[in-house]
Amino acid sequence: MHSSQKTPLYEKHLEMRATLVDFTGWSLPLHYGSQIEEHHYVRHDAGMFDVSHMTVVDLHQKDAQSFLRRVLANDVARLVHPGDALYTCMLNARGGVQDDLIVYWRGDSNYRLILNASTRDKDLAHLRAEAVPFQVVIEERQDLAMIAIQGPHARAKTLSVFPHSLQESAKELARFKSGEWQDFFVARTGYTGEDGFEILLPRKEAPFFWDKLKAVGVFPCGLGARDTLRLEAGMNLYGNDMDESVTPLVSNLEWTVAFVPLARDFIGRKALMQQKEQGVSQKMVGVVLKTPGVLRSHQTILMDGKEAGMTTSGTFSPTLKRGIALARVSTEVGATCQVVMRNTQADALVITPPFVRNGKQTF
Amino acid sequence: MQEPKNLKYTKTHEWVKQEDKDILTVGITHHAQHLLGELVFVELPTVGQSVSQGKEIAVVESVKAASDVYAPISGQVVNINERLRGTPNLVNTDPYGEGWVFRIKPERREDLNNLLGALEYEAHINRI
Repeated sequence: MHSSQKTPLYEKHLEMRATLVDFTGWSLPLHYGSQIEEHHYVRHDAGMFDVSHMTVVDLHQKDAQSFLRRVLANDVARLVHPGDALYTCMLNARGGVQDDLIVYWRGDSNYRLILNASTRDKDLAHLRAEAVPFQVVIEERQDLAMIAIQGPHARAKTLSVFPHSLQESAKELARFKSGEWQDFFVARTGYTGEDGFEILLPRKEAPFFWDKLKAVGVFPCGLGARDTLRLEAGMNLYGNDMDESVTPLVSNLEWTVAFVPLARDFIGRKALMQQKEQGVSQKMVGVVLKTPGVLRSHQTILMDGKEAGMTTSGTFSPTLKRGIALARVSTEVGATCQVVMRNTQADALVITPPFVRNGKQTF
Repeated sequence: MQEPKNLKYTKTHEWVKQEDKDILTVGITHHAQHLLGELVFVELPTVGQSVSQGKEIAVVESVKAASDVYAPISGQVVNINERLRGTPNLVNTDPYGEGWVFRIKPERREDLNNLLGALEYEAHINRI
């Protein structure tokens, strides 16, 4: 057994008696006592997550844009102002999802990608292999820590601990924009369905900044709450809800694929066009249990007694107090379905995700 | 945490308390609730239901996992803890008190002798 990697906030998690788990080789907090309470803090106030395990990759030099227009399914030409961000998939030649990520344009030929931790090695290998014909430098930023502060009060509380010089400009940041001030990279993005910031900062400054946030009432939250929050928000988790065997078209991610302009030859385009032409037979939906209980991944979905698909992520929604799941099902699915549970079949609603946005039920 | 000495235990992490000669209260142990994490749902048995020792009779579910609760003894369910429907995490906060799951009228009281004592149960969980 190799030992888990530690983030710069590891000592903070120990201090707070977090229950630590190994998450793709990183020792991270599952919760600090109650993951349900942590979930509610984010929905109603402000919570923070140590997400320093995520893979941060900076791209520089003159071909950075044309390189990204080749390797990403969304089109970075859509980023028109420095600081603009875009959510996108990176596909393989078969149109399968290699990873999902956010790309930030930092002006000129500078871009920043934030990718999953679980896919780091294959992503870096893929990027480096595809970069060969381009004049682009790929630089992984292991010197940075990342903290996500999320919730209706997350921005106000975070701004209050920023230096004065930074407060005014960070306050003006619109949704899905980023800015850089001194050592801080601040993005108004997240993975919870709430407003907030994701902040990159030098590793050595992270514990100090974490303490300052805690002092103004930002509640530390673990991976447990992060998962129930993202699922309520209808956001896919790579490896659960999509992977290399499925395309964005059957993963509720078609909106992230820029088919126009037609001349842009991104990796996976051909396969996606073919799939579109043939017509897709599956889609991703949200499932809400009508009866009390909890949904899990890999449960069979029935439609009129016939198998119609499978859940890909499932949990108990602390906001709705019901079992919820994402499921890949036949496109013919109606407004209701049954889920095969341990020893019974339970009735469920079929909805278009999300389940919750800004603290409120959305269906 | 020390297991209460006045209770009996099973290897499958249920505890049993003798209320009077005809009624036993059953719950899950501190160790079991700790492993499961915060409970969000408990599927209770039905009052009047007959159960046989070792058969699954209830389900406790946390955000991360579901686990069966087994009948520690054969008999008939005479009461269930309705409060767990609204506040399943009573099992976490007070596993040996307000977090009880059901009550049972045993077929043969002698069967109680087959269950583990507190020290035996502690030895069992330290082994696994």
